[in-house]
Amino acid sequence: MKNERLKFKDHLAESRIFNARLLVCVVVVVLLMGLLFARMVWLQGVQHERYHSLSDENRIQTRAIKPPRGLIRDRDGRILADNQPTFSVSLVPEQIEDMEQTLNALEQRIDLSEQDRQQFRSRLNNPRRPFEPIPLRSRLTEAEIARLVVARHRYPGLRVDAEAIRHYPHEEMLSHLVGYVNRISAQDLRSMTRAQRADYTGSNFYGRTGVESFYEDRLHGTPGSRQVETNARGRVLRVVDEQPPQAGEDLTLALDLEVQRAAWRALGERRGAVVALDPRDGGVLAFVSRPGFETNRFVTGISNQAYQQYRNDLDKPLFNRAAHGQYPPGSTIKPFLGLAGVVTETTDWDYTIDDPGHFSLEDDPRVYRDWKRGGHGKVDLHKAVVQSCDTYFYELGFDLGIDRIHEHLTRFGLGRPTGIDLPGESPGIVPSREWKQRERGSSWYHGDTINSSIGQGFMLATPLQLAQATALFARRGEPMVPHLAGRPHREPPLRNPLQPDNPEHWERMSAAMEAVVHGRKGTARVVGQQAQYRIAGKTGTSQVFSVPEDEEYNEEELEERLHDHALFISYAPADNPAIAVAVLVENGSHGGSTAGPVARATMDAWLLNDQGELSVPPTFAER
Amino acid sequence: MEYQRQLPPQYQSQPQQGLLFRLHLDAPLLAALLVLTALGLLVLYSAADQGMAMMTRQGVRLAVGFGLLAVLAQIPPRTYRFWSPAAYGAGLALLVLVLVLGARAQGAQRWLNVFGVFHFQPTEIMKVAVPAMVAWYFSTRSLPARGRDIVVVLVLILTPSALIAMQPDLGSSLLIAASGLIVLFLAGLSWRLISATLVLVLIAAPLMYFFVLHDYQRQRVDTFLNPQSDRLGAGWNIIQSQTAIGSGGLTGKGWLNGTQSRLDFLPESTTDFILAVLGEEQGLLGVTVLIALYLVILGRCFWISAHAQDTYSRLLAGAFTVTFFIYIFVNMGMASGLLPVVGIPLPLISYGGSSLVTLLAAFGMLMSIHTHRKLLGT
Repeated sequence: MKNERLKFKDHLAESRIFNARLLVCVVVVVLLMGLLFARMVWLQGVQHERYHSLSDENRIQTRAIKPPRGLIRDRDGRILADNQPTFSVSLVPEQIEDMEQTLNALEQRIDLSEQDRQQFRSRLNNPRRPFEPIPLRSRLTEAEIARLVVARHRYPGLRVDAEAIRHYPHEEMLSHLVGYVNRISAQDLRSMTRAQRADYTGSNFYGRTGVESFYEDRLHGTPGSRQVETNARGRVLRVVDEQPPQAGEDLTLALDLEVQRAAWRALGERRGAVVALDPRDGGVLAFVSRPGFETNRFVTGISNQAYQQYRNDLDKPLFNRAAHGQYPPGSTIKPFLGLAGVVTETTDWDYTIDDPGHFSLEDDPRVYRDWKRGGHGKVDLHKAVVQSCDTYFYELGFDLGIDRIHEHLTRFGLGRPTGIDLPGESPGIVPSREWKQRERGSSWYHGDTINSSIGQGFMLATPLQLAQATALFARRGEPMVPHLAGRPHREPPLRNPLQPDNPEHWERMSAAMEAVVHGRKGTARVVGQQAQYRIAGKTGTSQVFSVPEDEEYNEEELEERLHDHALFISYAPADNPAIAVAVLVENGSHGGSTAGPVARATMDAWLLNDQGELSVPPTFAER
Repeated sequence: MEYQRQLPPQYQSQPQQGLLFRLHLDAPLLAALLVLTALGLLVLYSAADQGMAMMTRQGVRLAVGFGLLAVLAQIPPRTYRFWSPAAYGAGLALLVLVLVLGARAQGAQRWLNVFGVFHFQPTEIMKVAVPAMVAWYFSTRSLPARGRDIVVVLVLILTPSALIAMQPDLGSSLLIAASGLIVLFLAGLSWRLISATLVLVLIAAPLMYFFVLHDYQRQRVDTFLNPQSDRLGAGWNIIQSQTAIGSGGLTGKGWLNGTQSRLDFLPESTTDFILAVLGEEQGLLGVTVLIALYLVILGRCFWISAHAQDTYSRLLAGAFTVTFFIYIFVNMGMASGLLPVVGIPLPLISYGGSSLVTLLAAFGMLMSIHTHRKLLGT
């Protein structure tokens, strides 16, 4: 049967069927090849530009080169902040298959705190460029480096790099002045403009507080860039183009490290602040706030636990008392107020009162006490300053009235930011009628004026403001702005200069302040003992809390922290001022005995040479 | 012999009598194959990062392939026809063997380790044996294909492709099934059946996607439909390949200058995605030359198929030709983003032994078919 069918196979018909089908195939093949060709024309002709740039984006990566951060020095070139090479380990997530496993494996070799892991994870989840390494831990020890290097081949995405890390050799002593940098966060970057962000590509650190923050722009520098050709695994094969980074500017401060150290030591274990200015140019010679803190711990990320410890410390080490601490200025405002009295002719140098030791107003049952029971006897302005007679100033203040008190104290820079080159200083308060209405919602009372005339009540000032006021006094009212940098960062804000209509007023007030230190009955006579130069000063005490008016209080019975704050302002040499110092000792009780010696030590460090002789150093510009 | 005089004129023309023809080689086809493989070596040299080891191995394979081509061209088609069922049976047996004790390679049991030295894929045998078997079957029946024949042929086709699919190697399985089905098509399967089947496939495809495909296969389809969904994973290949081709432009970046392939952005640049290397370095110009060469070869093969003298020869030749085209289309379509990623090499260009040798062997059989024609009309 089969053979029969074979016999009758119609070859011609079969070849016709086949050829017809073959023709269909040819047509389909030609059409589909045409489609392929069209696709190629589309990709290579029409879309070429797009794919061309895609392939360049693949191949060329622009890598930022970090600029070295500018160094910070004191006026004699001593290093206050520099960059030290340390080794850090980072991971390239694209090259790591199992991140958790890798982290666990690394933990066998290096110390990884939960903090490190957390920070790493949050950086991992933030947007970033492909193949950009994410720092895991800094400051590896020699042993850790060795353990990592040995195992490096097992983890392709592991990188151990040298990185320059900010280092503060005098961290605690300068913590509030120099401040610190730490790792830049996504939040920082978000708050920047586009151009600023471009400057931070590749940078890891950002000035957070103090000078590091204020002069961030100058210290940071401009990053360079390196265009590199990489392969798909991110490995650099060739440098296509390189733009070197521009190092950040070095910053020389007006600060004298020795003066700073003297002030720091003189404060001892007490809480407080010292601000020393060169009244000739406004440069900050010392800027101390105790206790300080270890700024180096913040650079690579302080652990939450350590941070909380700082935060919860009763002594508030993170608090910058010098520029942020606001205290009632107490009697330190008396010279300024006295000057206001004579300038406005509310009083004169000859006017004398009989001090019974208290003061009261006619229609006010309150009794305003002098610090000295029984009073100072016959008191003129000179004596009122030397012995810090409260009664005299109660009366003077009342006669001046709050409006004129406000006006004249403001001319000494109180009640508004000094304009120093530090972020976020406190403005203090010089109260006025408007101020009280605005802030307290009530009208001004005579009693408020009385309190204000001895620097209590609503009045608040920072140690920095007191130093500025003292320096302004020493300059005879010539405006200036305190500055940490060697050269002023700005023009002094235009203020009504104090009217030196009669130079005699300045001289006589200055003489009174000298007598505070050098006079037999001066409240700070302990400060002037065996001084090589004449000092003009004024003590002050600022109340921590109000003691009921007719109740004596016993210092010993009070918790130390409830003691009054001790204040002392001074400048020297009195005839040719080259340093103005404000000292605050928290709970130091007596301005003359606790704050005064600190000021003296600070001034000695500046004014005396190695032999202990007076040798007034040149100004920053004349160095 | 009355009907012989009714043959169309080309059947009566005098065949060429050149030296190559007497050696049973077809000069135009051989020339095109040599030019194409030479071009392939150039591209491979760049794709392989100027690695001489790969070049040497590929050179040896080409030599073996062309040697096999020359040998197979000497064997007359009737011999092939005679041995077709035996080869098919042997291939089927090997496929079963592979499944039972096949060495594992790349997650798939495709390779048979012979004497511990030589790996080879029984799949490659089936690429020739399946169309040969179907052609043999139809050579004993009269065309057009119908009824019981279709059922028998479908069994012949689907048995090996099912075995291959179980390895699992869906790509080869589909290609082998296609080569058998092409024979069926050329044998005159009725259009009504064809369209019915197409409708069925369209309905079955979504079902296949959800119930039959392996995860990795499903992912390939997903990625094809939206490469951006997995940029660094499976979509990477498609994106990088298209980028390579597109960035080549009209004239290309120059030989050895393709950044995509040479900087390792392009995966599988020596094998499945070698088209991207050509497209990137030689541009549209190079791709056009490649397409032209393929068209020359396809044209010549169609010509040979049309002039084959018996049913077995023409079905086999036609099937080889169309299968060759499918290889080209699937690979180029994949590399250019028209088709999902399927592991099919660019014929005669990609690095790799099995496919190269099999293809050249098939071309040898085509030459045999062409040069063993009975000299009619003399």
